[in-house]
Amino acid sequence: MKKLSQKIYFGLIMGFLYLPLIYLIAYSFNDGKTSVWKGFTLKWYVALFQDSQIMQSLYNSLLVAFLASLFATILGTLAAIGIYNFKGGYRTVVQTVSNIPIINPEIVTGVSLMLLFTMAGTLFNFEMGFVTVLLAHIGFCTPYVILNVTPRLKRMDSSIYEAALDLGCSPIKAFFKVVLPEIMPGIFSGMLISFTYSLDDFVITYFTRGSKFQTLPIQIYTMTHQRINPKANALSALLFVAILLILILINIRNNKEAEKSRA
Amino acid sequence: MKTKKTAYPYLLWMLLFTIVPICMVAYYAFTDAQGNFTFDTFISAADYSQVFLYSLWVALISTFICLVLAYPLSFMISRCDEHKQSMIIMFIMVPMWMNFLLRIYAWVQILQNYGPLDTLLNFIGIDVTLIGNSGATILGMVYEFLPFMILPIHTVMSKIDNSLIEAAQDLGASRFYVFKNVVFPLSVPGIISGVTMVFVPTASTFLVAQYLGGTQFMIGDVIERVFQSDHHTGSAIALVLMVVILGFLVFMNKFGDEEAVGV
Amino acid sequence: MKKKLCVLLCLIIFVLPLCLSGCGGSSGGYEGEVNVYNWGEYISNGDDGTLDVIDAFEEKYNIKVNYTNFETNEELYNILSNSNSSYDVIIPSDYMVSKLREEGMLEKIDFNNVPNYKYIMDRYKTSSYDPTGEYSIPYTTCVVALGYNPKVLGHDDVTGFKDLWSEKNKGKILMFNNSRDSMAIAMQLCDPPINPGDETFTHEDIDRATEKLVSQKPLLKKYVMDQVFTEMEGSQAGIAPYYAGDIYTMMDNNPDLTYCLPEEGSNLFVDAMCIPTCCQNKEYAELFINFMCDPEIALANAEYIGYGTPNSGAYEMLDDEIKNCELIYPPEEYLDKCYTFSNIPSDVYVYMQEKFVKACSSSAEITDMGGETSADPKYTIIVCILLLAVIVATIYMLTSSIIKSIKNRGKIQKR
Repeated sequence: MKKLSQKIYFGLIMGFLYLPLIYLIAYSFNDGKTSVWKGFTLKWYVALFQDSQIMQSLYNSLLVAFLASLFATILGTLAAIGIYNFKGGYRTVVQTVSNIPIINPEIVTGVSLMLLFTMAGTLFNFEMGFVTVLLAHIGFCTPYVILNVTPRLKRMDSSIYEAALDLGCSPIKAFFKVVLPEIMPGIFSGMLISFTYSLDDFVITYFTRGSKFQTLPIQIYTMTHQRINPKANALSALLFVAILLILILINIRNNKEAEKSRA
Repeated sequence: MKTKKTAYPYLLWMLLFTIVPICMVAYYAFTDAQGNFTFDTFISAADYSQVFLYSLWVALISTFICLVLAYPLSFMISRCDEHKQSMIIMFIMVPMWMNFLLRIYAWVQILQNYGPLDTLLNFIGIDVTLIGNSGATILGMVYEFLPFMILPIHTVMSKIDNSLIEAAQDLGASRFYVFKNVVFPLSVPGIISGVTMVFVPTASTFLVAQYLGGTQFMIGDVIERVFQSDHHTGSAIALVLMVVILGFLVFMNKFGDEEAVGV
Repeated sequence: MKKKLCVLLCLIIFVLPLCLSGCGGSSGGYEGEVNVYNWGEYISNGDDGTLDVIDAFEEKYNIKVNYTNFETNEELYNILSNSNSSYDVIIPSDYMVSKLREEGMLEKIDFNNVPNYKYIMDRYKTSSYDPTGEYSIPYTTCVVALGYNPKVLGHDDVTGFKDLWSEKNKGKILMFNNSRDSMAIAMQLCDPPINPGDETFTHEDIDRATEKLVSQKPLLKKYVMDQVFTEMEGSQAGIAPYYAGDIYTMMDNNPDLTYCLPEEGSNLFVDAMCIPTCCQNKEYAELFINFMCDPEIALANAEYIGYGTPNSGAYEMLDDEIKNCELIYPPEEYLDKCYTFSNIPSDVYVYMQEKFVKACSSSAEITDMGGETSADPKYTIIVCILLLAVIVATIYMLTSSIIKSIKNRGKIQKR
């Protein structure tokens, strides 16, 4: 009896979470622009792939996400190691400031960066676009890398590193041979989170993109803002499948790792 | 490895892209177009205080609904076996990874007049307008941020040892007593981080109210619009928003720390 | 050694994104590029078998078109004056052309490079916003009209803008989400009316119009710009003032819709192609403008957008059905009743924008039917108290945690 009520509750929440998505996907196959079903079609998918603006913004998004996560990972990993060696008070201050982009409302981060880039733009005569978006994305991704790497560093036994030095490794070699493999899972998950956040970011991009540079979320905004656009439904269906695949792959990988560590 | 120097690039980065922009917001907030010191921006910003309170109110209600929905669900999930848990969590995360505009857009399609839900309700004989009011905005917010409430609470709950509950039950505690004195105190840190993760973005988000709400804007929308014509007043509003949100975070943090001492 | 490494790292992290952007900016395979900034849905884009004008241009001249959209003239102005963006062709409306021209932000067009200019109808070649006609070439021309849906409204009684303030249409009314257009409509309905085409209206006139807008707010469904299509085509809303060409498009997509030329008279506007001073390649810009004036292309655009075309070559080729449609090409007598926007002083203009945002964000749901233009002081007081409480609490918590940590440090040292 109790089990049943639980199952119903669980089902309701899942329904709440998934029905809108299912609705979007179902209507991407609708041969008509309104919510009246007019028959099955794939024409919105064809139109989607033929739309050069959407494809361009998808490319831009992927490029920004890749570069931002790459730089954020390098910057963040180095920063995490450095901060790890800071002493008490300094460390708290640095960590707090580093978390500002995470806890600050996105819109405030967005407008503050816009003010900065506008002023810098008038001083050095450049316009907002790819570079400013990339800088902003690196800015809000790096704290996530630090948050993911720091616990790994704390968990690591520093005597291994010292042992490597005693055995004649140069500090750099010891870092690559000993430290890096230890903190690699943290770096990897930091990079993954950075990539997805950067790919999905709308608010900060909206304020720092200038007016020409389009990323996918901006394109989605333009598409859904004007009128009901079945191309947006088609796009959601494809995104949904992609996300599902990625998450399932990650899940399988995690499970395998868990089994390995158990064995 | 023992060096602090690796953190220096990031310190410079933080100075340039976190601290300077926030200082610029503050600078703009206290100056007029000629660069003179003034409080007029805040007087002008005071006209938006209704909107500000309305946003906080919407955020409060959305956070509360999220908490009520998420708490029992998280508990149910945390009592499943480990393998099943990671599967369920994965499925809760899928909608979270979808672009937020697409999810809101899905609700626009579902709730609109002559949309599926409206047609269904009309068929039963209920004639209500579903879209274009505060209810729709709150629904959108809850949908948007529900996973952010489920995940942290679940993380904390899954760490509660089943044997603890069983021990309490063996010692003759009623089901309510177990919940009140064992489960709930242990889950408080999760609730705290869930509440912050939902409240902050809900209070400051923009576009959701534009898509789902009627003529009533939220503070995020106002900041965006005011920034189009007047950076100074916009900065003043952004500054007030930031102070309130940061104050809220400090408060929650403090609250969380004291509660967590007992654990 | 370590210092060098450190400097090197800094350099890599800061400089590499800049280098990469340099590579990213160049476009492969094209001879050059032209940056076009236009309204949303304002060019034939290949949907439903129409001609894709941008593709056609790129193919013909092998020049890449970076095509981006703005939603309001104000957004365009803001981007041009604040963001160091460079555009080669922009398509602002009349009053914005005049503002940009007076502020020296437009280049003169070299008409030798635009031979297709000969197709532009004579009466559109010069105008109040560009008296010499050297800075702009008209792209479209239209009036603001009312689109309405009798089925949603439940009646067919729509004659003018006053119906936007009618109690019986409550909750079904849409309104322009830009200051210039909505203020203009409000001004026409003020008592006594203010002429929105006037250059000389004052802050008081704007205050009166704002009051009119605030009194309308409880009746409104939404402030919209491009969203009007979703709302009207999907029969979500009953009545909306909008640009006639767009109403024509909506009527095409939703047969229930019909139109009305407001009896009060309306705004006749022209959107014109201009070259801003931030233009990087004037030659390509003129090439693009000339291409847009080609009768075939202008025809494709006119048919897609649905606005009136000032291009005589395109007009001749149009279907009779459109040529005779009063919505798109209103009779001369009606045009005499219309006004055209002119440039207003920038302080009045800023004031108008500010008042409009405030009118929009005055709360209809909380105060309902509130006639006041500025916010109720009690809400301000509540926010102030809230702020004060937050600041005090923060200071208290910070000091207490600092004191605690100092005490703890003492303990640790003792050990």
